[in-house]
Amino acid sequence: MSFIETHISVLVVIVPLIAAPFCILLRNSVTAWAWATVVCLVTMALAVQLLQQVWLGGTISYDLGNWPGPWGIVYRVDELGAFVVLIVAALAAIVLPYAKTSIEREIPKERHYLVYCMLLLCIAGLLGMAVTSDAFNLFVFLEISSLATYVLVGIGQDRRALTAALRYLILGTLGATFYVIGIGMLYQMTGSLNMTDLATLLPAVQDTRTVHAALAFIVVGFGLKLAMFPLHFWLPNAYTFAPSAVTVFLAATATKVAIYSLIRLIFTVFGDIEPLETYNLRFAVIILAVAGMFAGSLMAIFQTNIKRMLAYSSVAQVGYMILGISIGNALAMAGGIIHMFNHALMKGALFMVMGCVMYMLGSVKLEDMAGLGKRMPFTAAAFVAGGFSLIGVPLTVGFVSKFYLVQGALLAGWWPIALLIMLSSLLAIIYVWRVVEMMYFRSPAIGHGQMTEAPMTLLIPTYVLLAAVFWFGIDATFTGDLAMAAAESLLGGSK
Amino acid sequence: MVDLSFPGLLNYWFVFLLMLIGLYIVIAHENLIKKIVGLNVFQVSVFVFYISVAKVKGGTAPILADGIEVYSNPLPHVLILTAIVVGLAMTALGLALVVRVQESFGIIEDDELRALEDQQEDEGNNA
Amino acid sequence: MTGMRRKIVLRVVSKLLIPFILLFGLYVQWHGDFGPGGGFQAGVIFAAGFVLYGLIFGLGTLREALPSWLTRVVLVLGVLLYAGVGVVTMLMGGNFLGYNVLGATPQGGQHIGIVLIEFGVGMTVFAAVMTIFCAFAGRAAADVNPVDDIGGDNG
Repeated sequence: MSFIETHISVLVVIVPLIAAPFCILLRNSVTAWAWATVVCLVTMALAVQLLQQVWLGGTISYDLGNWPGPWGIVYRVDELGAFVVLIVAALAAIVLPYAKTSIEREIPKERHYLVYCMLLLCIAGLLGMAVTSDAFNLFVFLEISSLATYVLVGIGQDRRALTAALRYLILGTLGATFYVIGIGMLYQMTGSLNMTDLATLLPAVQDTRTVHAALAFIVVGFGLKLAMFPLHFWLPNAYTFAPSAVTVFLAATATKVAIYSLIRLIFTVFGDIEPLETYNLRFAVIILAVAGMFAGSLMAIFQTNIKRMLAYSSVAQVGYMILGISIGNALAMAGGIIHMFNHALMKGALFMVMGCVMYMLGSVKLEDMAGLGKRMPFTAAAFVAGGFSLIGVPLTVGFVSKFYLVQGALLAGWWPIALLIMLSSLLAIIYVWRVVEMMYFRSPAIGHGQMTEAPMTLLIPTYVLLAAVFWFGIDATFTGDLAMAAAESLLGGSK
Repeated sequence: MVDLSFPGLLNYWFVFLLMLIGLYIVIAHENLIKKIVGLNVFQVSVFVFYISVAKVKGGTAPILADGIEVYSNPLPHVLILTAIVVGLAMTALGLALVVRVQESFGIIEDDELRALEDQQEDEGNNA
Repeated sequence: MTGMRRKIVLRVVSKLLIPFILLFGLYVQWHGDFGPGGGFQAGVIFAAGFVLYGLIFGLGTLREALPSWLTRVVLVLGVLLYAGVGVVTMLMGGNFLGYNVLGATPQGGQHIGIVLIEFGVGMTVFAAVMTIFCAFAGRAAADVNPVDDIGGDNG
């Protein structure tokens, strides 16, 4: 095996991790950007290679420092892990080319290199969370990515970015600490931190109160990080006031990786216990997921700031993912997993559109969108396309994931859930339509009639993501097969 | 079932007392510095929890030497060392943000900040 | 921050103490693989010496002794030393951070590896603590040059 093939699972993490400090040495806006972009492209290539290896050769295990598990830290990448790595790396590779123009407009020049450094650290942290199979290592990577995220949010130009970042920091730290408490309790009961090892040791102690408490701490901790309703209060302002490029990246990846970690903990670490069954949690989680779907969408309808509207829509979309995970058959699980990928694409594209609008207008308020269809036809068209996917119109990725979810719900015999999925899509129509109406059916304010399209450096990445939205919406065999394989191995492991 | 009898697991009682104190400060106090202090208290309770888990009755420090048979579990100590560093980074970043909040808003009381933010939202300047 | 240079007791005592603080920091650093110690603690202790110096003699004087470019370079070098050791072990045929391949014997390799790694950690922690201190101290000071505030938000 070649050098890259042997070390692939650690390389995806350390390439951005090692690259990040160089940005501090470079200090120049353009060179730091060029460096970060090259690094992200390399990471993306590595992620593709990793997925290929896992797909062809099965799960990859890698002992850090040659210390075998369960004593050493083991990186273990299965189909789901490789899929999440690909989501993060691909979005990073698309966001970085986009970031330059957007960040130049929104952030003072002397801070640019810090943004790129923090973006690379955030990427490294998220990728680390996806590959690690050590429960405490997961916490460390979680904090690497979170601390970088707080900085990135706080660097936004509006002063409310500071309070948003601070509130995110407080809730995020509470969440991470809750997780550490949970892991501590598991360690107390089993003496292991290795996830696969924990999975074999836990059933023996599954009826102790410590393990129950540990599960509760872990679920609430990650619930905070992934903005599971009703723990989502940090999310809307953080997404609204972060710089546009940062919002694109965070909205597309950060919550997904947290959901992935929760899946890993519930279905791998607690897999043999089947906590959703054993502790009668399934119904509670489904209620929260559905409540999130509706509350998020309803809140989105009443927003006048489009970035915040999309952020509330993210809360609703997280609800879909949680729903898919909690229904409990492979089809629904695949729906949840595929929605992680699909939502990354479409929400990424939509926030990129908002970045274009922000670049040209300096505002993302609903009333400023008036007549945008004439003034920025390509940008407005991109929003409509992304909005279609958010609603779940056929030929877009949004349809694919809802199709899987509805099928999964019907297979489980829960037709009311399927109905609720449809109903919440109707809410999505309302909030997307408000913007579309404003863009196409209102005349712009006086003096704003001329066409001023966003620069190509912003539009091209946006359209690349949109192309992916339709590509994977029309031909879902790649994502579908991958998600099904991942779902079956997750649920199979719990039998 | 875990025996939570008093005072057999005294450490854990104190850990959870500390934890609740920290959590209470974070939730109940409006001052942002106090919130960060509360967060620190909360984190420290977790550190104490891990160190308590590591303690082996009659064990010494985990240093390899002649005549030492029973020693405390070193792993949680290492984990907590990492967690302390994470806590340091969190505190530094949090305080830095508080300084910036003070510079741009002039106050660090969460409820007053909320009011100011709502006001800015209504005025709609550069949102 | 002008410091407290007019307080003679503080000035003399701190001048006496600082060399020993730094020496103790170095001891904790290099003795770390035989006894309690290591890079984290050493970095903080070493930084404490400089922080004391800054408190007594003012931020400007501290920055003359420890310019911001230096802390920045040390910060980066520490991380790169750590990661570099990992990459070297990979190139020499081990896994990432598998020190065994570094020396003639596995034990020797572990020794070399852990000393280098801990040195990297020590450097980074020292530089991070110093940048955090200087960033906060610089905020309050009107009488010093605006300090470079990298690392105030760098963990």
